[in-house]
Amino acid sequence: MLLSASSLSFIAIVVIIGTLVIESSIFFGHVSFIEFITGTEWTVLFEPKKFGVQPLVVATAITSLIALTVAIPVGLATAIYLSEYAGPTVRRIVKSTIELLAGIPTVVYGYFALYFISPNLLMPLIEGLGVHSALAVGLTIGVLIIPIVASLSEDAMYSVPEDFRLAAYSLGARKMDVVFKVVLPAALSGIFASIILAFTRAMGETMIAAIAGGFRVFYSFDPREAMQTMTSFIAQVATGDAPHGTVEYQSIFAVGLLLFFVTMVFNVIALLIVRRWQIRY
Amino acid sequence: MADTLLAERVLERKDTRKKILDKLAPIILSTAVFLAISAVAALLITVVTQGWSRLSLNLILEYPSANPARAGMRSAFLGSLWTVGLSALISVPLGIAAGLYLAEWARWKPFRRFVEFNMANLAGVPSIIFGLVGLSLLTYGLGWGRSIIAGAFTLGIMTLPLVTVAAAEAVKTIPEALKQGAYALGATKLQVTRHIILPNSLPMMMTGAILAISRAIGEAAPILVISGLLFIRQDPTSVFDRFTVMPLQIYNWVSRPQVAFQELSSAAIIVLLLLLMALNATAIAIRYRYQKRLVL
Amino acid sequence: MLAKRIVVEREPVRVGDGGAVIEVKDLAVRYGKKYAIKDINLKFERSQITAIIGPSGCGKSTLLRCLNRMNDLIPDAKVEGKVYYRGIDIYDHTVDPVAVRTVIGMVFQRPNPFPMSIFDNVAFGLRVNGMKLNKTQMQEKVKDALIKAALWDEVKDRLDAPAYSLSGGQQQRLCIARALAVDPDVILLDEPTVSLDPISTAKIEQLLRQICYDYTIIIVTHNMQQAARVSDYTAVMMPDEQMIGRLIEYGPTKEIFTNPRDKRTEDYISGRIG
Repeated sequence: MLLSASSLSFIAIVVIIGTLVIESSIFFGHVSFIEFITGTEWTVLFEPKKFGVQPLVVATAITSLIALTVAIPVGLATAIYLSEYAGPTVRRIVKSTIELLAGIPTVVYGYFALYFISPNLLMPLIEGLGVHSALAVGLTIGVLIIPIVASLSEDAMYSVPEDFRLAAYSLGARKMDVVFKVVLPAALSGIFASIILAFTRAMGETMIAAIAGGFRVFYSFDPREAMQTMTSFIAQVATGDAPHGTVEYQSIFAVGLLLFFVTMVFNVIALLIVRRWQIRY
Repeated sequence: MADTLLAERVLERKDTRKKILDKLAPIILSTAVFLAISAVAALLITVVTQGWSRLSLNLILEYPSANPARAGMRSAFLGSLWTVGLSALISVPLGIAAGLYLAEWARWKPFRRFVEFNMANLAGVPSIIFGLVGLSLLTYGLGWGRSIIAGAFTLGIMTLPLVTVAAAEAVKTIPEALKQGAYALGATKLQVTRHIILPNSLPMMMTGAILAISRAIGEAAPILVISGLLFIRQDPTSVFDRFTVMPLQIYNWVSRPQVAFQELSSAAIIVLLLLLMALNATAIAIRYRYQKRLVL
Repeated sequence: MLAKRIVVEREPVRVGDGGAVIEVKDLAVRYGKKYAIKDINLKFERSQITAIIGPSGCGKSTLLRCLNRMNDLIPDAKVEGKVYYRGIDIYDHTVDPVAVRTVIGMVFQRPNPFPMSIFDNVAFGLRVNGMKLNKTQMQEKVKDALIKAALWDEVKDRLDAPAYSLSGGQQQRLCIARALAVDPDVILLDEPTVSLDPISTAKIEQLLRQICYDYTIIIVTHNMQQAARVSDYTAVMMPDEQMIGRLIEYGPTKEIFTNPRDKRTEDYISGRIG
């Protein structure tokens, strides 16, 4: 009984893959796989229907990369500060504040993007920017994933044994050297994994993209444009209540399968990094 | 002569640049912390200033309406309670069982690593994917329709890893001596699990359960896929009813252009955040209350 | 580099030639309000090995950490009194604690090589000390340090291998090499063999006897045989009734072990305390 309970996670993964593959295969009965992967037009909801997934993929990539450029510096700096500089009280307070940040539902972040980041932060800075933009989505997802980078990296740095720091100090290292030449390299695998996990989280984020990204599918690399990500497309079709069995309905599974595949690859890489590089101190 | 040379080395070191950087580093780094925290502050301030005036009990007593002045989220509130409550009934017992097994029974290391690997993977799957699978398997495959139970199952499986990990951690905190003592008295493994491990690790397991519940309450994407965006003006009466939840109601209001709905969504967010804070406070209280009891 | 090494003709036990390298005067350390050690007065002789022995909790390690200002890194530790290194008060505000540590190196209880290659471990101190060395000079320095630490022959073919591929004893010798690479004058060792097997321990002791002509060595140990085997001088510490560590006897090792003046020393070395 207990055995089957703990195998549930494995069964769940198998079921997820199976479902997505079966549903997608219906979609690929209508649309060729080559067209899906290489096409640059995605007009599933109106005629003439085109099924090139690239615009969605590009939008997802752009928003996720913007998110990383926000989250990596802020998250890492926070982690270094908390692990190496802050006193115990400051560390406790800031850590719990950051965990608070992580517990806020993503729909609230979507609201934040639409009613704060876009109008108060971005639109005054960039002329001609609309309420919906990839930039607003990316920035907000960036804020959302700061806790992932900060918290996991901090764990990795904090668990670097004090022995290393003392050894470095005893060799005449300054604090900078200790932090950047000893602690950071020793925690590198954990930091790397945290960044990859944050990246997959950014790719899978739905509500922020659905609220602040707009539903216009537009093949563009310009982050100032409103663009639809893979997740917000799925959300849009779900909202519109597409009839079961239609190509529109099936298309969300194909997009879902692609998203699942990409995030899975990154997740596995992150997990392997952590396992392979883990040093037994 | 050697003496003075050596002595001078103590006094002098030409790395002024590093010295200055050493002084600057904490200032630069804490700026980042300040940025992160000001993001939380900006978020909370925006929500509270926009939604404060609209906050009233009617918000959870009234049904949604096209007229923002009279609209509430009664159906979403109840929908959330039903769905999340039901999902906890699935994830908590299953998660605790799995955690117990992992920490206490699964001695074969490759298996344990395999399960942990899968669980970490499952935790990394985007939530909307769970929605798709729920839609395909439960809504249409099992014919449950776009119902509460379909949503609850989806959320339950999604939050299962959270409970499992917390439960496994809880079991690991029990001192080995306590278990050995029980075994020494001739207790069987099942008895030790039932009388020593479960009662002692339950508080920590509960914090894991609360974590899973808070996660489920805030989740919008998978429910959106399963239930669609609905306008519901009645209370749920059975688990096979169609439903909506608070985050979806907020999404609906946020997406509308009128300022009145924006205020409404802010007020709804305040309710949602208060609910989450209450849950968190409970978790912390439980942890704090039982933390010191297990020191041998 | 520095023309500093004066090879002293020395006999196994000999009162120092008056050249105290480190002098400790009225030293006390407290954590918050609680004193860990108090009233320590001691002179460490040049090119000699001094052992600090005593039961657990007598403040041996605390005393050792005062000598290169490692106590600065412990948030609420407060050092009172004076420590002179070759006549300079190392707690004076003009003295840079980081520079002190390059002259007075340290080796710890547990082997703690960095998670890097063997070469990078030894080169670490040279790099952070901002020495402008080209590749060959760096290689020479690393080689010298490894030779001094009697590790060169065992690792010369795998300098790029991770330090963790070495055995515990080799790791500890690597830590010694790492400390020697920055060209220190004094080396502090805090129970360096406590986690090692007897053979590795013997190697390290032999190594210390070899390098003591060039360095002043201070070793904390609670293994009395070790103190008797390797040291020229021995300082015995003992906690008093309030658990404050005090120096109860100091002198040539031979005298301490054959003819202790203090009753507590006698009890301790004959195994009645500790």
